[in-house]
Amino acid sequence: MELTRERLLDAYRRMRRIRAFEEKLAELVTAGRLAGFLHLYAGEEAVAVGVAAHLGDRDHFASTHRGHGHCIAKGVEVRGMMAELFGRSTGTCKGKGGSMHIADLSKGMLGANGIVGAGIPLAVGAALTAKVKRTGGVSVAFFGDGASNQGQFHEGLNLAAVWKLPALFVVENNGYGEATPTEFVTPVRDIAARAGSYGIPGVIADGMDFFDVFEKAGEAIARARAGDGPTLLECKTYRYFGHYVGDNLAYRSKEEAERWRQQRDALEGFERRTAGEGWLESGALRAVDAEVASEIEDAVRFAEASPFPEPAALLQDVYVSYEET
Amino acid sequence: MARELLFVQAINEALHVAMASDPDVVVLGEDVAGGGGRSDQGIEEAWGGVMGATKGLYSAFGAERVRDTPISEMGFLGAAVGAALTGLRPVVEIMFIDFLGVAFDPLLNQAAKLRYMFGGRARVPLTVRTVTGAGLRAAAQHSQSLYGMTAAIPGLKTVCPSNPADAKGLLLAAIRDDDPVVFCEPKSILFSKGEVPEGDFTVPLGKAALARAGSDVTLVGVGRTVHVALEAAQALAAEGTSAEVVDLRSLSPLDGDAVLASLARTGRIVVIDEAPPRCGIAADVAALCADRGFDLLDAPVRRVTAPHAPVPFSPALEDLYVPTVARVLAAVREMG
Ligand SMILES: Cc1ncc(C[n+]2csc(CCOP(=O)(O)OP(=O)(O)O)c2C)c(N)n1
Ligand SMILES: [Mg+2]
Repeated sequence: MELTRERLLDAYRRMRRIRAFEEKLAELVTAGRLAGFLHLYAGEEAVAVGVAAHLGDRDHFASTHRGHGHCIAKGVEVRGMMAELFGRSTGTCKGKGGSMHIADLSKGMLGANGIVGAGIPLAVGAALTAKVKRTGGVSVAFFGDGASNQGQFHEGLNLAAVWKLPALFVVENNGYGEATPTEFVTPVRDIAARAGSYGIPGVIADGMDFFDVFEKAGEAIARARAGDGPTLLECKTYRYFGHYVGDNLAYRSKEEAERWRQQRDALEGFERRTAGEGWLESGALRAVDAEVASEIEDAVRFAEASPFPEPAALLQDVYVSYEET
Repeated sequence: MARELLFVQAINEALHVAMASDPDVVVLGEDVAGGGGRSDQGIEEAWGGVMGATKGLYSAFGAERVRDTPISEMGFLGAAVGAALTGLRPVVEIMFIDFLGVAFDPLLNQAAKLRYMFGGRARVPLTVRTVTGAGLRAAAQHSQSLYGMTAAIPGLKTVCPSNPADAKGLLLAAIRDDDPVVFCEPKSILFSKGEVPEGDFTVPLGKAALARAGSDVTLVGVGRTVHVALEAAQALAAEGTSAEVVDLRSLSPLDGDAVLASLARTGRIVVIDEAPPRCGIAADVAALCADRGFDLLDAPVRRVTAPHAPVPFSPALEDLYVPTVARVLAAVREMG
């Protein structure tokens, strides 16, 4: 796929939207305006957006507890997301899911997920649907380095590989699962190496570089669409905030975090590259920044002005149909 | 001597006592050392568990006995069963009870059944510590009270303390017990305080506690709902109704005698549980009263539980989901 000016601006807008959304959430929680367990995606924007840039509504994403970025990259509206986080009836899930369960099937977003690794087989299932029903769709599972130690990862990859499903497995290796460094619990340095066990390609991308993710995801997605089966794409990345908002970060040094922010930031890298190549001028990017900022403010206003669900909602949608006497 | 500790500190103290008194006790779980031992970064102790329950264990007992696991519940719970079968006494932390979903086989088909299937020629001295319950805006996959499910499995024991002293005493008893025990820590009271005896002390498994004496109605609670019951009892006292509060503490074995003895004193009983109503602890206690206490009942057994629904995220809905004092009072009043 060619990166036209429109596509580049769109990618930047999505990355900026993720960053601004997450920074706003950190602010809201710290100010006591928002409750719940929030796992922020800031720092990892290039991964979700680099993959999403190839996809449309017939393609699926399955996500994780750190799901806001995947939702935004896939085109889920921030108003509904914000209202969901505030537990309002106007939320993407009518306030019943919260941060770890934001989903929007109309956008091909199969949901954030509270269970580490659980999105992987869901994406495999969506790829099965695509294959059986010949939709032409591709299904992407995002998950962390930590999740690659779950049975659902291994079982899911094996299944997708033997069935040659149109799937892409994107492991976001940010060096930690909660407080535990990856090397304490994962014996291979590159998780991409695990692809070998399933006879599928394992590819490594710089998860802080939109262009690298875009290129490698593009190859994998083309393979999947062509019927050649799944790929495991490992994106080396870093989360800027703690595991969740409120994490004391006792397990990592300040210097480490500073290094990533200052030397590897995905948005800054994108700007350097697009300016250097003469693709986008900084004025255009600043205009996007301003639009995104007001979009996020609008989303907060919308959420805070929205009503909470009615009490009856408590018992609605447990089933499609169920009668007990 | 007793002093005040948080529930989570009482658990931490029990773990220290258990590890110090028995070299076979090992602690496994995600972040139990919490990324401790990174001397390269000057980090020795980091989290000590997401709730802090395992703080200091890594420094005190070392990396051999305090192990940060991969996020592989099926693997490390299964390994703990194998280790228990062969001479260790593992204490496994399953961060939230909801995560048993990905690790059920080791508990359901292994830990619970090996002794029986092996003709009694095996022991599985395993303790599974896990956090339960709603009320923290953690939504449907981090808020369940699944102890009824484990209590329903023959071969497993299940306990759920309501206060720091019982947390310490029951945990030590669970670790030293030769059967597999699921130890539930209600997250809504993990950071509440209470007096806790110092040193080595146990609370026997299978024994309920009388949390408050009364004569008109029995309120049965488990974990957090004991506090709901106590508050309701106080409100009822103001209206001239004397309520007795039974803290089940142990769900399997269940102290049926204690429940029936209280029912004999009051003739009326309300069971309060955070879990949904079907096939759970409240239903179990109601069945016990119907089976063995029918003649003692002056009114039908009442249950105050969560609805038959997942736990909603929205604070507005979650507050309606969990049993409240108001609902207990309404149930008592309806009994006449
Ligand atoms: C089955 C299961 N086990 C444990 C957890 C608790 N938990 C939530 S996120 C997380 C760490 C995940 O690490 P990783 O997969 O690397 O993703 P990251 O948070 O780094 O994005 C853990 C242990 C969970 N939600 N589900
Ligand atoms: Mg990680």
